[in-house]
Amino acid sequence: MYVAVKGGETAIANAHRLLADRRRGDRSVPALRLDQIVEQLALGVDRVMSEGSLYDRELAALAVVQARGDMIEAIFLVRAYRTTLPRFGYTNPVDTGAMQVERRISATYKDLPGGQVLGPTFDYTHRLLDPELAACAEVEMPAQRPVEPEAMPRVSAILAHEGLIEADGEMPLDHVPGDITREPLQFPMARDIRLQALSRGDEGFLLALGYSTQRGYARNHPFVGEIRIGEVELELDVPELPFAVPLGSIRVTECQMVNQFKGSAKAPPQFTRGYGLVFGQSERKAMAMALCDRALRASELGEDVVAAAQDEEFVISHSDNVQATGFVEHLKLPHYVDFQAELGLVRRMRAEYEARQNEDKAEDKREAAE
Amino acid sequence: MTAQPTGIATYNFAYLDDQTKRMIRRAILKGIAIPGYQVPFASREMPMPYGWGTGGVQVTASIIGPDDVLKVIDQGADDTTNAVSIRAFFKKVAKVAVTTETAKATIIQSRHRIPEHPLTAAQVLVFQVPIPEPLRFLEPRETETRKMHALEEYGLMHVKLYEDIARHGRIATTYAYPVKVEGRYVMDPSPTPKFDNPKMHCSPALQLFGAGREKRIYAVPPFTDVVSLDFEDHPFEVQTFDQPCALCGAENVYLDEVILDDHGGHMFVCSDTDHCEKRRGDSTSPSWGGRAEGAGGSGLATTPATSTPALRADPPHEGEGKEAE
Repeated sequence: MYVAVKGGETAIANAHRLLADRRRGDRSVPALRLDQIVEQLALGVDRVMSEGSLYDRELAALAVVQARGDMIEAIFLVRAYRTTLPRFGYTNPVDTGAMQVERRISATYKDLPGGQVLGPTFDYTHRLLDPELAACAEVEMPAQRPVEPEAMPRVSAILAHEGLIEADGEMPLDHVPGDITREPLQFPMARDIRLQALSRGDEGFLLALGYSTQRGYARNHPFVGEIRIGEVELELDVPELPFAVPLGSIRVTECQMVNQFKGSAKAPPQFTRGYGLVFGQSERKAMAMALCDRALRASELGEDVVAAAQDEEFVISHSDNVQATGFVEHLKLPHYVDFQAELGLVRRMRAEYEARQNEDKAEDKREAAE
Repeated sequence: MTAQPTGIATYNFAYLDDQTKRMIRRAILKGIAIPGYQVPFASREMPMPYGWGTGGVQVTASIIGPDDVLKVIDQGADDTTNAVSIRAFFKKVAKVAVTTETAKATIIQSRHRIPEHPLTAAQVLVFQVPIPEPLRFLEPRETETRKMHALEEYGLMHVKLYEDIARHGRIATTYAYPVKVEGRYVMDPSPTPKFDNPKMHCSPALQLFGAGREKRIYAVPPFTDVVSLDFEDHPFEVQTFDQPCALCGAENVYLDEVILDDHGGHMFVCSDTDHCEKRRGDSTSPSWGGRAEGAGGSGLATTPATSTPALRADPPHEGEGKEAE
């Protein structure tokens, strides 16, 4: 019995062997290839890249298979790998205005330079299960259009001309952007740090918090100024060269939320902004991030902090799903030493309590007799 | 942790890259310089989950060298699953010798216990810490608690302990019992039972504390005052057990309760498995036949408690102890 409480190396090895078997499943079904996952479960791969903070589709796909489709486990695998990678440098800021746009929509303007482009979206699909997919039917090629010569300015830039929206915000010239993967998080934090934390934050957590702001917990009257999805160029400054070196391009989703603001002692009435930017295609995450970003700017804009979504320590300390899942699941580890300590205390207090009860009863009886 | 077949993923000695180790060592040095102060550090994701000892693993990975001998315990035992897993991790990524014997280890990583065998100046004890902030459950905000530490504002903690006494007649904290280090910082000794608190006081061994998820490192240098908080009329006292270990007969050690059946039959055995095995192996120590405490029905009397030591006589980690020699 004593031995049964304790595990051993053999037990662990056998458990992992069984896990590998269950992961593979029925051997008569062909094993998944990574390229199948990259191509056909692309949005899942995007989520793993985004919350895993590593832009590598193949590794993300490997993580998805290894985790048996458990997204948070896959994100964890990617994080634990990326953290060992050396840091060569930081790219120049990405210009999302120069994005090769595949999707771009605005809810604030009916038409705007560059137009509305729906792109590959679930919006307006009827959520009816499609039996043809199960039958692996042929899929027709997409319609194509010529490349737009016209630039697609960001909606925030259009509003800015009128002076009705706050500016992008100035950072002091000597401000070095933080890096949450290299420095410990400390509160209160600058917005650049906060946005990094939100960008790798759990989609479900941010979605729920963003939703809570819409339902009145720190309501901030949001409009989707613009969502754009597409490829952006990455460039790196190399000390030996007089020009920035292109590294390639990555796919990102950007959301600019425009929020009505009645003004406060700190800022005039104007439209304010919430910002979301994530790897890959994930509108839900980018929108939720933008809602949370705006809510977290409460103290900067002189608003009262009344709800969870506005509380920086609360939101940022709990947004990381790798941390959250680890600590919640650590409750599975043995705690019998601390439990023993509590058991002893409760037993002692319980004995005292019962002794007191008996005393009281005896006293009541005596009083009744008298 | 397995390197990928393509060879693109390779790992440094003890997993962490050298820049990271340097960063952690700096945090450790700062922690040693300011005993009991929680030093923020850029904790990394480790290949085990947060909450499963990532802080301790990062500290160990930063201080371990090829000649070190590592012991890992969880709840006092060397063979609990997570201790086995962490020991296997370092065997794999650092190829160091491992041991279960307290006296042979140079680094001991522990969760929730301090070994019963006294430590020496040649040893480092690394604690895995879940919540490093002793004031956290009194004040959830980090910005506030840091201020309280800076101002040495520990009234809240004393009020909490006082309220315990007022309500329950005693301080109702049994583990993670707050201590004051070198007369300055109030520190969480990690969730060790308060039984172990006196062992921290003036310990010849360096004690390092790593909290991975909370990104904090703190330290108690050798021969440092570690005083458990109390009141003059309610002095600090440790747990006592009214019976010795049922396996080795040890007294004044911390015991685990082992349930023997579903009638409330139970016995108490050493939480520190190495200590217990040593005593049973040593013929000079008073042998103890084994003893079961029966709370249940008459069937209990037949519970063969003495058979348990026989089961445990086999070394549970075959060969591991030998590698250290």
